[in-house]
Amino acid sequence: MSEPIRYVFQVDGDDFMSAGTASADVKKILRQLGFSSDVIRRTAIAMYEGEINMVIHAHGGVAEVEISDVGVDIILRDKGPGIENIELAMSEGYSTAKDTIRALGFGAGMGLPNMKKYTDEMHIETELGVGTTVYMKVLAK
Amino acid sequence: MKGIFHSVTLDSERCKGCINCMKRCPTEAIRVRDGKATIITERCIDCGECIRVCHNRAKKAVCDDFAMLDQFKWKIALPPPSFYGQFADIDDINMILTALKKIGFDDIFEVSRAAELVSHLTRQKFDAVKGCVNGPVISSACSAIVRLIRVRFPALCENVLPVNEPVHLAAQIAREEAVAKTGLKPEEIGVFFLSPCPAKVTSAKAPIGIECSHIDGILSVSDVYLKMISALKKITEPEPLMRSGIVGINWATSGGECAGLLTDNYLSADGVENAIKVLEEIEDEKLNDIDFVELNACPGGCVGGVLNMANAFVARSRIKTLRKYLPITQNKLGDENDTRMFWEQSLQYEAIYKLDDDMGAAMKKMKEINEIENSLPGLDCGSCGAPSCRAFAEDIVCGNADRRDCIIRFREELAVLDGLGMNISGILPAPFRHKLEQTKAEEDHNDNA
Repeated sequence: MSEPIRYVFQVDGDDFMSAGTASADVKKILRQLGFSSDVIRRTAIAMYEGEINMVIHAHGGVAEVEISDVGVDIILRDKGPGIENIELAMSEGYSTAKDTIRALGFGAGMGLPNMKKYTDEMHIETELGVGTTVYMKVLAK
Repeated sequence: MKGIFHSVTLDSERCKGCINCMKRCPTEAIRVRDGKATIITERCIDCGECIRVCHNRAKKAVCDDFAMLDQFKWKIALPPPSFYGQFADIDDINMILTALKKIGFDDIFEVSRAAELVSHLTRQKFDAVKGCVNGPVISSACSAIVRLIRVRFPALCENVLPVNEPVHLAAQIAREEAVAKTGLKPEEIGVFFLSPCPAKVTSAKAPIGIECSHIDGILSVSDVYLKMISALKKITEPEPLMRSGIVGINWATSGGECAGLLTDNYLSADGVENAIKVLEEIEDEKLNDIDFVELNACPGGCVGGVLNMANAFVARSRIKTLRKYLPITQNKLGDENDTRMFWEQSLQYEAIYKLDDDMGAAMKKMKEINEIENSLPGLDCGSCGAPSCRAFAEDIVCGNADRRDCIIRFREELAVLDGLGMNISGILPAPFRHKLEQTKAEEDHNDNA
């Protein structure tokens, strides 16, 4: 395995328009490194969902991305309210997003389920009132 | 990549080596070298943005010569619907078609006829195509967009509707009909497309999805414009040549292809930067609830093509008037001619931005690029001949540029000499002068201490 390349992206809170910029940057990097379209697509979706989650629920946060020839590791850290019930949060269609956010077309309750669906590994560490860290891995195979 | 052909070229006599085209290119395909813009051929998608922005008219699209008509016994013109918006004070499309016959063509085959067939096919097969892809189906009508997807959106290649552009179908049917009508051999018939844009020129010479095109020659609208103006003046009674309807004519403008579908659940966007934003969203699966996406690289759709004569908005308004009393559609598919409408080969991703074939080597280069990028001023001024500091860092690592090409860095180095008693203060450009002042302030502070 080669020494991984590390990127850190600041995700601004409550700024829906900027969510997706880190995802676009990572896509470009993965194309340049020669990853397959499958890895690029899965990483893009997981990153985007993660960014949006941090914007909606946690007033932003930090996305750390580590890329090696093995694959892509994504760590999303926020200082938001934490997740009360991870099992419930992971079920499709469940969302705690406010009505104002749903009115914008977000909060369909597919964020975490999609992040799990499109990555090879995912786990969540969360503490109420402290914040949440989501670890994801997309393998190059 | 199959036979790299580009219609967009540079007139180096006219090029002054400014950075306007380089900054605007959506695929970062232009560099300024030795005082002239150069095109990185494998990156160019022939969208024509550089032609649009060039003040010196140094960027051109290579088309065929009108004299090429003489090589054929029977000459057919294929006018696209955007062509009808090029002429003022015309209230009947038959006038334009009749004028084409006056300037040297024996027959006309409107591209809008084939567009109606493509619309019909899309309506028929839509559910089947949609069932095979994740997310929306993306139109294949704009060849600049198809080329853009091929190099920049690997995951979306399978979303592109695998159907030939109407112009290819038009050329094929036009020749078949002409053979039946005249009894001539297929090669004695010349099929000429009046192209609104360089991407369609490229598509005719090096098509995507099919082995070879049935188009013999491409003329730009400007090549026939003056001939058309004088011919139009002489027409008193136009021939009833028109054989398409509103559905076909609508393809001239953004959203027109969508309007010919059965679904209302579509999205259309025009302008290459807007199209890129939509494609990014499709890639992130943000638009999975939409059925069909129509993207046009030119603002306004094909009426905005850079080879046209009329302003895109004027052309759009004229077309709106011209189509008013037309039938909805005049062309429907028979049962037999489905297969030739589909691509023979599927769209394949071209990994042209890959830094190295070996991923380990690519990662090493990427690290170097990141380091160099961090050391650059981030002004994206383009003076080094690359469109951004990032692109410049990539060029350095790939051996296509030298660190000293950065004029800001170079001036900073000169500013160091200032400390050696040489009076060259203010040598940094305005955006960077604070750095010099900071250094001085630090020095003064040290002196006082």
